[in-house]
Amino acid sequence: MPAYQRMLDPTPNGPHSGESPLLTTVGLTKRYGDFLANDSIDIDVWPNEIHALLGENGAGKSTLVKAIYGLIQPSAGEIRWRGERIVLSGPSEARSRGIGMVFQHFSLFDNLTVAENVALGLDGRESFRDMSARLEQVSKTYGLPLDPKREVWQLSVGERQRIEIVRALMQDPKFLILDEPTAVLTPQEADQLFVVLERLKAEGRAILYISHKLEEVKRLCDTATILRGGRKIQTCNPRRETAASLARMMVGGEIREVKAAAGRQTTIPRLVVNDLSLPPDEPHGIRLEHISFELKGGEILGIAGVAGNGQDELFAALSGERLSNDPGTVVIEGIAAGHLSITKRRKLGAAFVPEERLGHGTAPRMKLSENALLTGHAASGMVHHGFIDTAATLQTVDKATETFDVRKAKRDPEAASLSGGNLQKFIVGREILRSPAVLVVSQPTWGVDAGAAAVIRQALLDLASAGAAVLVTSQDLDELAEIADRIAVMFHGRLSAPLAASEATREKLGLLMGGSSLEPREAAHAVGA
Amino acid sequence: MQLVLEKRTERSNTIALVSPLIAIGLTIVTMTILFAILGKNPLLALQAYFVAPLTDGYSLQEIAVKATPLVMIAIGLSLCYLANAWNIGAEGQFLIGAVAGSWIAVKTQGTDAGAWVLPVMLVLAAAAGALYALIPAICKVKFGASEILTSLMLVYVADLLLDYLVRGPWRDPNGFNFPTTADFDPVATVPVLIEGGRLHLGSIIALLVVAAAAILLGRTIKGFEIRVVGAAPRAARFGGFNANQLIILTFAVSGALAGLAGIIEVAGPVGHLQPGISPGYGFTAIIVAFLGRLNPVGILIAGLFLALTFIGGEQAQIAMKIPLDVTKVFQGILLFYVLACDSLILYRFKLVFPNRQVARGAG
Ligand SMILES: Nc1ncnc2c1ncn2[C@@H]1O[C@H](COP(=O)(O)OP(=O)(O)OP(=O)(O)O)[C@@H](O)[C@H]1O
Ligand SMILES: [Mg+2]
Repeated sequence: MPAYQRMLDPTPNGPHSGESPLLTTVGLTKRYGDFLANDSIDIDVWPNEIHALLGENGAGKSTLVKAIYGLIQPSAGEIRWRGERIVLSGPSEARSRGIGMVFQHFSLFDNLTVAENVALGLDGRESFRDMSARLEQVSKTYGLPLDPKREVWQLSVGERQRIEIVRALMQDPKFLILDEPTAVLTPQEADQLFVVLERLKAEGRAILYISHKLEEVKRLCDTATILRGGRKIQTCNPRRETAASLARMMVGGEIREVKAAAGRQTTIPRLVVNDLSLPPDEPHGIRLEHISFELKGGEILGIAGVAGNGQDELFAALSGERLSNDPGTVVIEGIAAGHLSITKRRKLGAAFVPEERLGHGTAPRMKLSENALLTGHAASGMVHHGFIDTAATLQTVDKATETFDVRKAKRDPEAASLSGGNLQKFIVGREILRSPAVLVVSQPTWGVDAGAAAVIRQALLDLASAGAAVLVTSQDLDELAEIADRIAVMFHGRLSAPLAASEATREKLGLLMGGSSLEPREAAHAVGA
Repeated sequence: MQLVLEKRTERSNTIALVSPLIAIGLTIVTMTILFAILGKNPLLALQAYFVAPLTDGYSLQEIAVKATPLVMIAIGLSLCYLANAWNIGAEGQFLIGAVAGSWIAVKTQGTDAGAWVLPVMLVLAAAAGALYALIPAICKVKFGASEILTSLMLVYVADLLLDYLVRGPWRDPNGFNFPTTADFDPVATVPVLIEGGRLHLGSIIALLVVAAAAILLGRTIKGFEIRVVGAAPRAARFGGFNANQLIILTFAVSGALAGLAGIIEVAGPVGHLQPGISPGYGFTAIIVAFLGRLNPVGILIAGLFLALTFIGGEQAQIAMKIPLDVTKVFQGILLFYVLACDSLILYRFKLVFPNRQVARGAG
C-alpha cells in the first residue's frame, strides 16, 4: 500500500509526534458474573507500531482483544478509533472499520480449498474469481505463498495460519490483532512471520501481538503492555527490558527454576513399544513405521519433530484411541496392551494428555467436574455401581485447582470458559493427580505462560522422580532440553534412535527434524542444502 | 442491507430456556393467520384448540392418555439424539411393539389364561420394538448406512405388516369384515386407574420412564457417556466411550420404549389391534423431544402440550369444522420454529449495511 509509505523509521517508543493513536481503550472492563476478566484497561496503539500484550494465563489478553474485535461486548469503558468513540456490534463491523484478527485457534474447513475458506470468511460480495485473483496477489505481495486450489487438510499448521493471515490482509486492516501466532509454528516459520509483520508495520499499520515467548517479543515489538489479573500493570519498551524483568512484571515475583530431583533412579521398563507400524486411519494421516523404544520408570523421554510427522498417530496408538492387531506392539507395565482400549490402559496405570485441549482433552461445553470424570471414570473411584460420585469429581477439580494454581471465574465452570493456559494446567493436573505409572503427554506447555510452564515441567519431573515413566512430545527444543533424559526425533512416521540429552545438540536435532540421518557425509550435505 | 447469522461467543442460557416458548408463540401467530385464511374466526379457533380442552375433566384425562405414548417415545428418542444417533423410525417401532404384544392377546383370546398375559405382552412388545430398532442401528455401525433413511423406511414395513395381519390371519371372525382383531380379553388389557375413566396404568409407566431417564442422564456414568458422545465425539473417544456401542444401545432403548408405548396404546385406550392405532405418535414424538430440549422433565411438559393440540384439533373439528389435518400442519410448523429458535442459542441475527464496508484491495 504505497499510501502509507511516507513514513520514516519511527524511534521505538519515541514520541509519536504529530500523530494520534489509531486505537485507544479507556477504562475497558469485562465482567463475567462477579469476576473481572478485564479491569479498567487503558492502552494506546499507534500506527507503525508492533504492540505486545503480555501476561500470565488468564491475565485477560484474549478477553481484551476479543472486545476490540467486537466479539464480546465490554461491560464498561470505551474503545476509540482514531480518537472517536466506537461501539462494535460484532466482528464484521470491526472488520469494516479496518480491524483484523488472526485467532489462536484456526477456523478452517479441512475439506475445502484455500480459496473457498477465504471466501467464507470475507464479508464482501465480489465474485469468486476476483476474490481468488486478489488472494493470489496479496499472498504474493507479502511473501506468504499459498496455492488457492489446495485443500486445507494437505497443509501444515504454518500454511494454515498463512490462510488466516492472508484472509485478514485481504480486508486491508489498519489494525491487526494476532493471538499467540507463533505458539504452533516451527522456529523457521516464526521467522518468516516476523518478516511479514515488520513489513506491515512499515506500511503504517498497527499490530497488537499476544505471545508468551518473551525473547521473540524483545526482538519484534516496539511497545509492550503487561496485564496481570485483568489489570494493566505497565506499558514499557521491551527492548530495554530483559526476558526475566518482563516475566517479573507479568507474575509479580520471581519464576521458579525447574529442578530435577538429584539421583533419580531408573528402574524396570514401564512402557515398551516394539516395532509398531500402523497405516493411517484417515486419508490425511501419516503411516507409522517400525517404531520401537523402551521407557523405564524414573525416566523422561522427549520426542521432538515438526508437527504433522506422525506425532498424533503415535499418541493415538499409545493411548488406545487406535488399536493394533498385535498386542505386543505396546507394552504397559509388562502387559501387552496393543489391543486394549484406552480405559483398560488407564486401569493398567497409564495416563494421557493430548495436544488439543478443547474437543479432545476436554468436552468444551461441559463442566470441569464432568471433564474430570471423562478420564477419571475408569480408575479413580468416581463411579460406584454405575452412579457418578459428584463429590469425588468436584474434589478432583479442587485439588487440581489448588496444586496447579488453575485460575477460573467460579468453582466449576465450563471447560471452554477457562483461558488456554489454565485449561492446560487443569488437564495436566487431572492426570498427574492420579499418580500414573506411565504418562504420555503431547505439547505440555503450548500457549502456557512462563510461570505456569515451569509449574507443569516441574510436575513432570517430580512425577518421574516418583518412579513414573514419562513420554513428552514437544516442538519446543528448549523444553525438551530442560526436562528430558533422552530425546528422539520423529520424521515421516519414523522415530530416530534416542540421543542422551547431553548429546542432543540443537544442530543434531535440527538435522534429524529435517529428515537427515546423523551420518557425517549426509549431515554435511543437509547443512549445505 | 443484508441479514446474516453470526455466531455468538457466549452461549445464551436465557435463550436456551425461552426458545421453546418463542417457538410456541410464533407457531400460534402463524396459525392465527392460517385460520383467518381458512375463513375461521382465529380467536374462536385458538380457544377451541388451547382453552376448551383444559376446561372439562374428560378432556383433561384424554390429554394424559394421548401424552402417554408421546412422552414414552420421546424419552427414548432424546437418548438417541443426545448421542447423535438419529432414530426417525419410532413410529415403526411403536407399530411392531403393538403387533408383537397383540400376538399373545390374540393367541390367548377366549382361553382361561391368567394374569401373566399382560406382563408378557408388555415384555414382548418392548423386546420386539428394540429388535426392530436394532436393524437400522446395526446397518449404521456395520455398513455405515444412514440410520435416518433406514429407520424411516422400516416404518412402512411395520405399517404394512400390521395391515396384513388384521386383514388376514388375525381378523376378528365376528367383526363384519372390518380389519381388526377381536377386543382383547380383560387379562390382556391395561387397567384404567379410575373406574369408568380413561386414565390408565400406562400413564404411570410413562412417569416412571421420565424419572428413570432423569436419573440415567443426571446421575449415572452411562448417561454421561451418552451426553459426551453427542457433545464432543473426539473427547468421548479419548474418555474411552465407544460411539458405536452407544448407537446400538440408544436405538435399542428407544425401540423398546416405542414398542412398549405401542402395546399400551393397543391394550389400553384402543382395546384391539387395527390399522390407524397411531395418529403419527412416533413422528410427533420427535417434536416433543426437541420441544422438551431433550430433557426428561421438558419432554413431559412438551408431551402434554402436544397432546393438547391433538385433543384441541378434535374439538376444533367438531365445533368449527376445521379439518383434522390442520393439527398436523400445526405440529410441523411448531417443529420448524423449535429448530429455528434453537439456532438462536448459538447464533444471532445481524443486519449488515454494505455502505459501511471499506474499499478493498490490499496489496
Ligand atoms: N465466557 C467466560 N465466562 C467466564 N469466565 C471467562 C470467560 N471467558 C474468559 N473467562 C475468564 O477470564 C479470564 C481471562 O481469560 P483470557 O482468555 O482473556 O486469558 P488470557 O490472558 O488470554 O490467557 P491465556 O494466555 O491462557 O490464553 C480467565 O480467568 C477466564 O477463566
Ligand atoms: Mg488467550
